Amino acid sequence: MTAITAGKRIGPSRTLGNGLTLAWRNVTQLKHSPEKLIDVTLMPVVFLLLFLYVFGGVVAGSTHAYLQQLLPGLVAQMGMFASMGLGTSLCEDIRKGVFDRFRSLPIARSAPLIGAVIGDAVRFCVSMVVLTAFGSLLGFRFHTNPLSVLAAFGLAYALYFAVCWVSVLVGLVAPSPETVQGLGFIWAMPLTFGSSVLLADTGTMPGWLQAWVKVNPVTHLADATRALMVGGPVGDHAWYTLAWAAGIVIATFPVAVWMYGRKV
Amino acid sequence: MEHVIRAEGLKKRFGETQALAGVDILARRGTVLGVLGPNGAGKTTAVRTLATLIRPDEGRAEVCGFDVVKDAAQVRRLISLTGQYASVDEELTGVENLIMIARLVGHGRGESRRRAQDLLDRFSLSEAGGRAAKTYSGGMRRRLDLAAGLVNDPQVIYLDEPTTGLDPRARNAVWDTVRQLVRDGATVLLTTQQLDEAEALADRIVVFDHGRVVADGTSEELKEKVGGQTLAVRARDRARMPEIVGVVARVTGARPETDEDTGLVTAPLDDPAALTAVVRGLDEAGVVASDLALRRPSLDEVFLSLTGHHAEPEGDDE
Repeated sequence: MTAITAGKRIGPSRTLGNGLTLAWRNVTQLKHSPEKLIDVTLMPVVFLLLFLYVFGGVVAGSTHAYLQQLLPGLVAQMGMFASMGLGTSLCEDIRKGVFDRFRSLPIARSAPLIGAVIGDAVRFCVSMVVLTAFGSLLGFRFHTNPLSVLAAFGLAYALYFAVCWVSVLVGLVAPSPETVQGLGFIWAMPLTFGSSVLLADTGTMPGWLQAWVKVNPVTHLADATRALMVGGPVGDHAWYTLAWAAGIVIATFPVAVWMYGRKV
Repeated sequence: MEHVIRAEGLKKRFGETQALAGVDILARRGTVLGVLGPNGAGKTTAVRTLATLIRPDEGRAEVCGFDVVKDAAQVRRLISLTGQYASVDEELTGVENLIMIARLVGHGRGESRRRAQDLLDRFSLSEAGGRAAKTYSGGMRRRLDLAAGLVNDPQVIYLDEPTTGLDPRARNAVWDTVRQLVRDGATVLLTTQQLDEAEALADRIVVFDHGRVVADGTSEELKEKVGGQTLAVRARDRARMPEIVGVVARVTGARPETDEDTGLVTAPLDDPAALTAVVRGLDEAGVVASDLALRRPSLDEVFLSLTGHHAEPEGDDE
C-alpha cells in the first residue's frame, strides 16, 4: 500500500500534513455549529461598549479619543480570551474518546494538538473581524498604512498562537471542560488587565503593578499594536512580543506533547 | 508467524488498582479472540495496551511481530481500535469522519472520498452519510465507528465491547460485520461482558478476572468446565418441591440446588434430550411446574464456577 511509509519516525512534513487535516476537522466543526463562535463574536462587542463608555470620559476626555487607544488594546486582549476555548474543546475531545482513535492511528503524536491550535485561528480571525468592524462603526480609524495594520494583527496572532499552547496544557491537565474555563479566567485576567490594554499611560499604577505590567507580554503587544494602528514609535515592543511568543511555545509545546503522549 | 497477537506477562497498575496482573494472550491469524469478563476485570486496559495507547509496567506484547512499545508506529499501521464509547467525531458528518481518517493515514483527496463512500455503502450508511454523527442512532454510530476502523485496511481489529448498549437487531448487524471481517482475513480481538456474544463469535475465549486470565479455551471447552446448560423448574406448589428435586436428580444425575423463596429447582444439564425425561417424570409424579426451562449459564454462573465468586461484586466491599 502506498500510504504506508517505511520509516519508523514520522517526518515533519507528514506531521504538518496530519495537523492540517485535523485543523480542517476543527474548522468543519465550526461550519456545522457556528454557535460555537458566539463567545468570540459577542465578547469584542461587549468589551468595546463597556470599557468605552465606562472609562472613555475619565481616561481621555471623550469616548472618541479613548476609542483610538482602547481598540488596539482590545486587539491584544481578545486573543488571550479567545484562546481559552481551545483547552475546553480539547478536554472534551479527550473525554469523548475521539483522541483515542487519533492516538491509535499511524500519525505523529503531536498532530492532533497542532491541528487543534492551527484550526483555532478561525476563532482569532472572527474575534478580530468583529472587533475591527464594530470599532469602525463606533468611530475608530486606522491612522497608519495597511502594512502596519497587518503587522499589528500578525503580532497579535503570534502571541495568540503561543498562548494557545498554554490553553492546550490546561486542557490536558484539567479533569473536566468546566475546570478549563475556570482556570482559563484565572490566568487570562491578570495577564490582560494587568497590562497597558486599557490605558496607554501606566504611570499612575503602584510600583509592584508597574513592575508586572512592564514584563507582561500583553503590555508589549498592546503597545506595539497601538503604535502600528494609530501611530507612534513601536520601539522594541514588537520584538519583545515575538520573543515572548517564541519563549512560550518553546516552553509549552514539548511539555504538551509529552503529557498528551502519557495521557491514559 | 502463527500468532498475530502475542502478549506475555502484561502488568499495569493505576494508583491502587492492579488493572493487569500478569496477562498472557495469544491470537491466531484470521480468528476471533473473545475476551470475556465483568466490568473492571482489565479487558479494556489489555486492549488499550495492545493498541499502543498504554505502556505496560511489565511484560511484553507483539502484534504481527512488532513490539507495542518499541515499534508502536508500525503496530499502529496494522491495527484499528473501536472503543467502548464510539469514538467518532459527533460534530462531523459520517462521510467527513471517514475522509478525515483516510487523509490522516495518507490517502489523497480523491482516494479518501472513494474509500469513505465505499465504507458508507458497505455499512448501509450512504443515506445518512451527509448528516452529523450526533444525529445517528446508537447502532448507526457503532457502524460508523466500525467503518472508521477499516479505513486503513487493518490486519488486526480490536473491538472493545462493540455491542454494549445496542438493541438486538443492531447487535446482530455488528455480529455479521465481525464475521465478514474474519472471512476477509482480519484477526479480531473482541471484549465483551456477554457469554452468548463470545460464544457466537469467538474461536477462542479468554476469561478475565481481577486483571488475570482465569480460563482460556474454545466456548465448548469453557462450557464443559461450567457444565453446559442449566435446567430450571419452578414448583407451583412449594410443598411439592422435594418431589421435583427427586425427579430432577434422577434424570440429571446431579444434586439440584433449591431456592425456597422462589420455589426454583436448578441443576446442570449436559444432554438437552433429558428435558423430555424431566417432563415425563413430573407428569408421572403428578407435580405441576409453573415454569420449566433450559438456559445457558450466565456470565455470573461461569464466573462462579471458574473463580468461586460472583462476576459483579455485591455491595461495596470491592
